[in-house]
Amino acid sequence: MNSLRETDTKSITRRHFFEDCGYGLGKIALAGLLTNTLQKAQAGTHFAPKAKRVIHLFQAGAPSQLELFDNKPNLKNLEGKPLPPSVIGDQRYAFIQRNAAVLGPQFPFARHGQCGAELSDKLPHLAKVVDDIAIIRSMYTDQFNHAPGQIFFNTGFAQPGRPCLGSWLSYGLGAETNNLPAFVVLSTGGGISGGSALWSAGFMPGKHTGVRFRNSGNPILNVSSPSGVDKILQKDTLDLIRKLNKQQLKIENNPEITTRIESYEMAFRLQASAPELMDLKSEKKETLKLYGADPDKPSYARACLLARRMIERGVRCVNIYHSGWDAHSNVAGNITSNANTTDQASAALILDLKQRGLLDDTLLIWGGEFGRTPMVESNPTLNRSKGRDHHPQAFSLWLAGGGIKGGITLGSTDELGFHIAERPVHIHDLQATILHLLGLDHERLIFNHGGRDYRLTDVHGELVKEIIA
Amino acid sequence: MAPGRLIMKRPWVLAILAINFTALAEPDFQREIRPILAGHCFKCHGPDEKKRQGDLRLDIRPEENVLAHLVKRINTTESEDIMPPPSAKKPLSETQRKILKEWIQNGAKYSEHWAFIPPKASPLPEVSQRDWPRNDIDYFILSNLEANKQSPASEANRYRLIRRLSLDLIGLPPTTSEIRKFLEDSQPNAYERLVDRLLDRPEYGEHWALSWLDLARYADTNGYEKDRPRSIWPWRNWVINAINNDLPFNQFTIEQIAGDMLPKATQSQRVATGFHRNTMVNEEGGIDPLEFRFYAMVDRINTTATTWLGLTLGCAQCHSHKFDPVPHRSYYEMMAFMNNTTEPELLLFSPEQKNQKQAIEEQIKDKFSRLKIDESQYTNWLKAQKASAVSWHTIIPTKMKATIGWLELLKDQSIFVNGDTRKHDTYDLEFTNLPKNITSLRLEALPDKRLPKGGPGRAYYEGPKGDFFLSEITLSADGKPLKFISGSENYAKQWIGSNKPSAMAATDGDLQTGWSASGREGKHSQAIWQLSKPISAKSIKLQLDFSRHYSASLGRFRLSVTNQKAPIKAKELPSEIEDLLTKKYKELSSIDRRTLRLYYINTSKDTAKAREAIEKLQKKLPKPPTTLVMKERPAAHSRVTNRYHRGEFLSPREIVQPNILPFLPPLDEGMPRNRLGLASWLVDPKNPLTSRVIVNRFWASLFGKGIVGTTDDFGYTGDSPTHPKLLDWLAMEFIRQDWSQKKILRLIVTSATYRQNTGSSYRLSAEQIRDSALKVSNLLHQKIGGESVFPPQNKSIGEGIYGGGSWKTSSGADQYRRSLYTYRKRSMPYAMHDTFDAPSHETCVAKREISNTPIQALTLLNDSLFMEASRSLGNWAVNQSGEKSTVLTHLFQRCLTRPPNALEQKVMLDFYEKTYTRFRTGELDASKFTGSTKGEIEKQATWSALARVLLNTHEFITRN
Repeated sequence: MNSLRETDTKSITRRHFFEDCGYGLGKIALAGLLTNTLQKAQAGTHFAPKAKRVIHLFQAGAPSQLELFDNKPNLKNLEGKPLPPSVIGDQRYAFIQRNAAVLGPQFPFARHGQCGAELSDKLPHLAKVVDDIAIIRSMYTDQFNHAPGQIFFNTGFAQPGRPCLGSWLSYGLGAETNNLPAFVVLSTGGGISGGSALWSAGFMPGKHTGVRFRNSGNPILNVSSPSGVDKILQKDTLDLIRKLNKQQLKIENNPEITTRIESYEMAFRLQASAPELMDLKSEKKETLKLYGADPDKPSYARACLLARRMIERGVRCVNIYHSGWDAHSNVAGNITSNANTTDQASAALILDLKQRGLLDDTLLIWGGEFGRTPMVESNPTLNRSKGRDHHPQAFSLWLAGGGIKGGITLGSTDELGFHIAERPVHIHDLQATILHLLGLDHERLIFNHGGRDYRLTDVHGELVKEIIA
Repeated sequence: MAPGRLIMKRPWVLAILAINFTALAEPDFQREIRPILAGHCFKCHGPDEKKRQGDLRLDIRPEENVLAHLVKRINTTESEDIMPPPSAKKPLSETQRKILKEWIQNGAKYSEHWAFIPPKASPLPEVSQRDWPRNDIDYFILSNLEANKQSPASEANRYRLIRRLSLDLIGLPPTTSEIRKFLEDSQPNAYERLVDRLLDRPEYGEHWALSWLDLARYADTNGYEKDRPRSIWPWRNWVINAINNDLPFNQFTIEQIAGDMLPKATQSQRVATGFHRNTMVNEEGGIDPLEFRFYAMVDRINTTATTWLGLTLGCAQCHSHKFDPVPHRSYYEMMAFMNNTTEPELLLFSPEQKNQKQAIEEQIKDKFSRLKIDESQYTNWLKAQKASAVSWHTIIPTKMKATIGWLELLKDQSIFVNGDTRKHDTYDLEFTNLPKNITSLRLEALPDKRLPKGGPGRAYYEGPKGDFFLSEITLSADGKPLKFISGSENYAKQWIGSNKPSAMAATDGDLQTGWSASGREGKHSQAIWQLSKPISAKSIKLQLDFSRHYSASLGRFRLSVTNQKAPIKAKELPSEIEDLLTKKYKELSSIDRRTLRLYYINTSKDTAKAREAIEKLQKKLPKPPTTLVMKERPAAHSRVTNRYHRGEFLSPREIVQPNILPFLPPLDEGMPRNRLGLASWLVDPKNPLTSRVIVNRFWASLFGKGIVGTTDDFGYTGDSPTHPKLLDWLAMEFIRQDWSQKKILRLIVTSATYRQNTGSSYRLSAEQIRDSALKVSNLLHQKIGGESVFPPQNKSIGEGIYGGGSWKTSSGADQYRRSLYTYRKRSMPYAMHDTFDAPSHETCVAKREISNTPIQALTLLNDSLFMEASRSLGNWAVNQSGEKSTVLTHLFQRCLTRPPNALEQKVMLDFYEKTYTRFRTGELDASKFTGSTKGEIEKQATWSALARVLLNTHEFITRN
C-alpha cells in the first residue's frame, strides 16, 4: 500500500500541472484548490486498528518509579553509600553530584491481582485493576531536563516545533465527530514545563493543534456567545454570515468558502456541545464517587471524568496534564500527595470505560517524561533533602485498554534500579507502538515540511510487541 | 497513480493537459526523474558514503550496463531482487517505473540541479497578445499561457485592486477615503501612484517585517520551561526601519549576520545582529548550558540555510544529507563560520537619552561641587578611616587558567573572564614574586559593564543575571595546602536556599555552600580570608571553584594580600579608596583628594541630608533599553568547532574549519573565514540561491504561492520553478536594482499579471485579521515601533503554563497596537494568533500553514476584541446621517472595500429590521449588547450586530 502522503510523482505532477497553468485559470476557479489541497489531513489507517481513541494521562515532572512501580529493596541496604562509578559512568545530572548516596524505597510494595504485579502501597486503586494494565518498567529517554523531556515524549523531538502525538492522530485519522474537536487538552496541577509545544501541531496546519479545555470561564475560549446575544440573534447572525458567504461562493467558486461555511456550522454546534459536555448533572452519584470528582471543582478527577465523556462523544485524543511530580526534595511526601490526586481517578477511568464497553477501543497511557535517581538529592543550599534527581536511564509507565495485553509487567532494571536489565523501551518505541495500536504505521505516517519528510518517531522506533494483545 | 490517469478522471481539464503531455515524451530529469531517485533511491544510492549500498550511486550518472540493470531491478517481481527493497517501504508506482524506463531509454540524461547553477539571462519571450504586458514579467507569464493555449484573466476592478494592494503592501484594508481617492483618480497612472503612496507608508515596513520575524523566530521570551522575558524588541524596530528605508537586501543581510564586524560598526549595525540572538535559551536549573548553546548553533545554521539559501540543511546535522549533496561534515564547516561569538546585551541610549543623561550628570556635578560639607566632620572621617586602613598588595598571576574560557589581566590589575561558562568552572592562578609574611588574602568581586547586569558574576540564565557563587577557594604554597582560619565579607546573600553564604562557607569543602553577593549586581563586594600562620613562599597556587546548579562564575575579580597581623575585616570601602587612605594625605594629588572627598560625600551619613537632591536627580537618569547582540571573540581565542557524530552534543569528533557547502561557489580569495565572510558570501551575486530564494518569497507573498512552490526548499526534492526563466530574470533584476525590495515589489505589483481579476485568493494572516478589525473600526493605534504590548485576552490562557502564565494587560491605546507588537511568549502564544496559524516563534518559518477551523469561527464571533470592533462600528454607523441603505453601503465598504450588491443589501436589511425590532421591543437588551445606556442604543446595537456579521464573512479575512 502506498504511504499516506500523496506519492511523489502524483503530487508533483498535479502541482506542476496546476501551477504551470495557474495564472489565468480564474474561469475554471482552481485558485482555492491550489493553496489548500496539498496537505490536507490524510485521514485513514494503514491496517485494522485495535484502538480508536487515546486518553493520555501525562504525569508532568516525572513520577518516581522507585516509589510506585519498580521495587528495589536492595537500595535500603545501600542507603547512605554512593553507587560505584562504574554504574554511573559519565551520566550528567541536573542537580546532584555523581557520588550522591543511595536512597532506599520510601514505601512498601506488594503483589496484586491475578498477574501478581508489584505496586507500592501508594497505588491502592490501581492495584484493583492491575490485571487490565501493562506496566513497562524499562522505559528510557534521551532527555534529562523537564521541558526537553516532555517535548520529546510528546513530539519525538527535544526542541519545540514538531507536531505532538495528538496532532499526528488528528492528521492521520481525522475526526470522529463534528460536534467537538478531534484533539483536546486539559490540565490540572501546576505549570507545565514544556508549555504549549506539548499540544502544538508544530509545522502542521493549526487545525491539528490540541484545543485547550479551560478550568475557568469558557471551557473553550469564546465558546459562549457575547453578552447581550441570545440564541436567536446568534442563529440569525450565523444565517446571515452563511448567506453572504454563499453569495460569495457563487461568484468566486472557491472551495475554501465552503470549508468556511462548514467551520461556522461546527462552531455553532460547539456552542451547544461544549456546555453539554461540561454539564455533569447527568452523571450518577456512584460515577462521581468512583472518580472522586466534585462536578463543580476543576480537578484531575473531574478531568478524567470529562475525558470519558469526550471519548463517548467521539473525541479522538484527550491529553490530561497533571503537573507536580518533580520530587527534588521529600520524595515520600511528593508521591503521597500526587498519588492521592491521581490514583483513584486513573483507576476509575479504566473501570468506567470497561463497564461502558469503551475500554476495548480506547487506549490509556499513564506516565511522565523520565524517571528519578536511586541516589538521594539533598542540597541545603536549595532547601532540598530526601529527594531524587532526574533519571533518563530507566523509568516506568503503564498502558491499558485498546489493544493492550493486560496483567503484564514488561522489562526490568538492575538491582540498583539504575540501568535497564531487560527489554529496554525507548520513547520512540512507545510512540511507534501507540500509533500501531491506532492502525498507523509509524514509518508511513509522514508529513512533508520544508522539503523534508517528518515522522513522530524520526528515523527510529521498534514496536513493543509484548504488550500488544 | 499515473498522472495521466489522474487527470483523465477529470475530463474538464483534458484540453489543457494535452499540451502538457506532448512535453512529457522525454521525461525531464530535473522535474520528474530526480524527485523519484531522491525520494526512493538516494537513501542507499546517494551522496551519503556511509549508507551507500553495493557501491552504486544514482545521484551521478552510472555506467550504461548499470542503467540497463536498473530497469530490470525495478521491474522484477522477485521480492529478493526488487528495488527499492520492500524493507525500505518506498515502493515505486507503476508510473514511476515507466517514467524511469522512458528516461533510461532516452539516454538517461543527467543535468545539474537548476538551483545550484547561476541564474541565466534570457531574452524576453515572444508573445502574440502584445497589448497585454505592462512590464517584462508579463512576457514570461503570457508566453507560458499562450503555449498552453490560455489567455490571461481580465484586470480586476478598482475595489479589488486597492484592497489587494493595501493588504499586500501595508497589511491593512484601505480606508473609505483612500478608496474614494483611487476611484476618482482618472489619470492614467492612478494605479502606479497608489502603489507609490503605499510603499511610502510607514505601515509598509511593519507589514513586511512580519514575515521576516517569522524567519528570524523573533519572540519576547527565552523559551523552554521558564520562558522568561528578554528584551530584543529594538531589533524588531531595526527591521521595520530597515524595510521602510529600503535598506538594500545585501546590506540588510550583512548587518544582521555580522553588523558588529563591519568597520566602525554603528549602534544600529550592532542592533541588527539580534537576528541570530532570537534563538532560545533554556533556563531550567539542571541543564548543561553548553548543550543548549549547541542547539542554538544548530538552529542558527538551519535558519540561515532556510532564510537565504532555501535549503534544508537540518538533515546534515546527524548524517550526510540523503537527497541533497550536503555531507555531514559540511554542516559543521558552515557552523564554524558562525561559532565564534560572545552574546552580550547592548545598552541603547537614544540620542535624546544621551542628551538627557549628559544634562543630568552636569547638574549632579554642579550640585556636588556646590555641596557644603562640615570640614571638621570630614577630617574626623578621614582620621578614623586612615586608622583602620589596611595596606594591601595586589598580586598578579604569572599563570592563570580557566577550565573553559580565558582570563585576561586588566590595567587595574584585576582579572576579567572571557569565553564560555559551565555549571562547574574553576580558575587556577599561580603567583610568584610575593611579599613575605602574608597573613591574609582578599578577593574583590568587581563590576564590569561587559558582564550581565554589570557583573560581577557571569550568570546569564536561571539565576539573577550578573550573579556569582564561589563554592570553594583553595590555596597552596610551594605545593603545600594552606588552611584558612577565619574569614569575613562585606556582603553575602544567595539567590534561593536557606544556607548562609559567607567567605568561610567557601572553605568548608562542600561545593554546595559558598560565598555569593546576590542583589549587588553592578556593585563591588569583597571577601577576606586569614591564614593559620603568616607564610613566605616562592609561589602560591589558588583555585576558585564555581559549582552552583547554574553557571555562576566570577566575571571580574582582583586578588590582594597583606602582611598586617590583626584579623582584618572585609570592608564596604572600595580598595582604591582604601589604598589612598593608606598614603600620607599631603602626598596625595589633587585628583586623589577629590576622589576621597567625593567618596565621603557620596556615602557618609554626615552628608545624607545634603545628598537628597542629588539622589533625586540620579533617579531621573534615563534607563536605556537593552537588546541582544553578537560580538566576535578575538582571533587568539577562537572557539573550536567540531563535527558532532550523529549530531549528538556528547559526541564531538574532529575539529573542522569554516568552509562553504561543496556544491556552491566558494568564498572569494581574501574574504575572511568568519561571520563577515559568510555574510558577504550569502549576498555575493555569484551565489546562485539567495536572490532566487528572496524574490521567490516576495512572489509567494503576493500570489499565495511561489514560482518555486516549496519556498523553503530549493534542493533536489523541492519543487521545480513553474517559470524558470522568470525566476532567473527576477533574481538578476533584484541584483541589478541594487537589491531594492521596494523596487522589486513595485515591479511585481505593477505587472498585468498581478492586476488580473482572478488568480490567487488566500486567508489573511492572524495579524492581518486582527489589524483589519482594528483598522475598519477606527480602534487601531497607529504608532510605529517600541516595546511589545499586551492586548487583553482571557485569563484562563495562563492555565497550566509554567510560572502561572501571567499577562500584564496593557492599558489605553497600547491595547490597540498592530499585532506585530503583541508580546510573544513562546510557551503561551497569544490565543487569537495561535488560532489563526501564527507560529510560536521557536524555529524558522518560511511559509505559514493556513487552516480553516471552527475555533477560528468562535474567535471572530465571540471574542471580546471582535465584539469591541463591532460595537465601535455600530457606534460609527448610528451617527451617520442618510438613508439606512446608504449607511449600510458605507459600513459594508469600510469592512469589505466594495459596495454590496442588491441581494446582499436585501439580506442585510432584512436582518437589520428583524434585529432592530427585537431590540426595540425589549426582547433583546440593547444596553447589554452595546454596553451603553445613552443615545439610540437600539439602533446602535443593531448596526453593531450587522457589523459583527461583516467581520465574520469569509471575504473580510480573505485577500482576493
